[in-house]
Amino acid sequence: MSDAKPETAVGTAAHDLLPESRKRLMRDALAIAAYALPVGLVYGLLTLQAHFSLVEVVVSCVVVLAGGAQFAAAGLVKDRAPWAAIAGVTLLVNARHLLYSAAIAPYTAERSWRERAVMAHFLTDETFALSLAHFRRIGRFDARGYWLGALVILIPWTLGSAIGYLAAGAVDTTRLGLDVAFPAAMAGLSLGMVSGRRDVAAAAGAVLVSVPVGLTAGASIGLVAGAVIGPLIGLAMPERRSPPADAPESKDATERAAEEGLP
Amino acid sequence: MIAADPSLNLGLSLGLIPLAFLMWLCTYPSRALPMLAPGIERLPQWAVAYLRLAGPASLAALAAVNCLLTSDSTPRLLIGIEPVAVGLCVLVVARTRLLFPAVLAAVVLVAVARAFGAG
Repeated sequence: MSDAKPETAVGTAAHDLLPESRKRLMRDALAIAAYALPVGLVYGLLTLQAHFSLVEVVVSCVVVLAGGAQFAAAGLVKDRAPWAAIAGVTLLVNARHLLYSAAIAPYTAERSWRERAVMAHFLTDETFALSLAHFRRIGRFDARGYWLGALVILIPWTLGSAIGYLAAGAVDTTRLGLDVAFPAAMAGLSLGMVSGRRDVAAAAGAVLVSVPVGLTAGASIGLVAGAVIGPLIGLAMPERRSPPADAPESKDATERAAEEGLP
Repeated sequence: MIAADPSLNLGLSLGLIPLAFLMWLCTYPSRALPMLAPGIERLPQWAVAYLRLAGPASLAALAAVNCLLTSDSTPRLLIGIEPVAVGLCVLVVARTRLLFPAVLAAVVLVAVARAFGAG
């Protein structure tokens, strides 16, 4: 994407901050790339167990570009769940992107409709966290910064998945315990999104609902029941009191969760 | 250990590609709508809170169903090393906030347990 259009001013534009902020963005982006690659390896392994072809793995990484939902889909495909259930889980898992997009929107308001439409496809947890922090530092939109934040997850995630798929084909995955990687990754990802006691209650509630419902009505129904009812249990939890007005400004919960999440 | 997995499919099977596009259809609107239609994000507060909680809840349900239930047509409660390994993964993530070493620890635990006939 070109930088030819005028940048959108949000807050105080400070051009001299741009090089320093881009350097910091680059450092943060490299750290994200360093973990996206190995997590991609785990995803590649799971897709192998779910009988994806290599083409399907690569296409899912590029087209869906949403790690949590992709992990979930691989498990559901393996269990021969109906596609409607996979679509429902994808909607739920990725609904948080509404909040990311809303937070980025003021910075992109002056960009062309087409550019915003393309940018939206790449709005992963990491791209959001990297680019929003960058925009806040410089006080405006920076196309180069956004695309760096997007590519730094797309490339290692896709590459890692393909390598994981090919490498796992050469080993006995059950004997090596690799079949536990999927539920472990799901549990770890869930914890990575937790940023308060409401999140804990939602996750714990989802577990407490999904297991007994799964035992009586089948695993897919248990999963959907847990995913739908868990957040209601979280909502029933009283919110933590707001910090005092003179407390130091802290990061928004959405941004914090995004920094700790996956593509 | 080097027994090739028969499920490795380097061919051009494309049956799951429509699923990828279906998942894109379920993902793209939430990424695009607030950017393309400013104001649409002004949802009621409870809806925003629900959406924020849906992510961890869905993933926790997935983890629970996959490690606590067998994959038979009539699922049973799974008792074995797998739930312990997932618990270990959660513990490592809670301490380090890093997913990869946590998953690795879970995998190693299961592999070792199976090597000693305990898995």
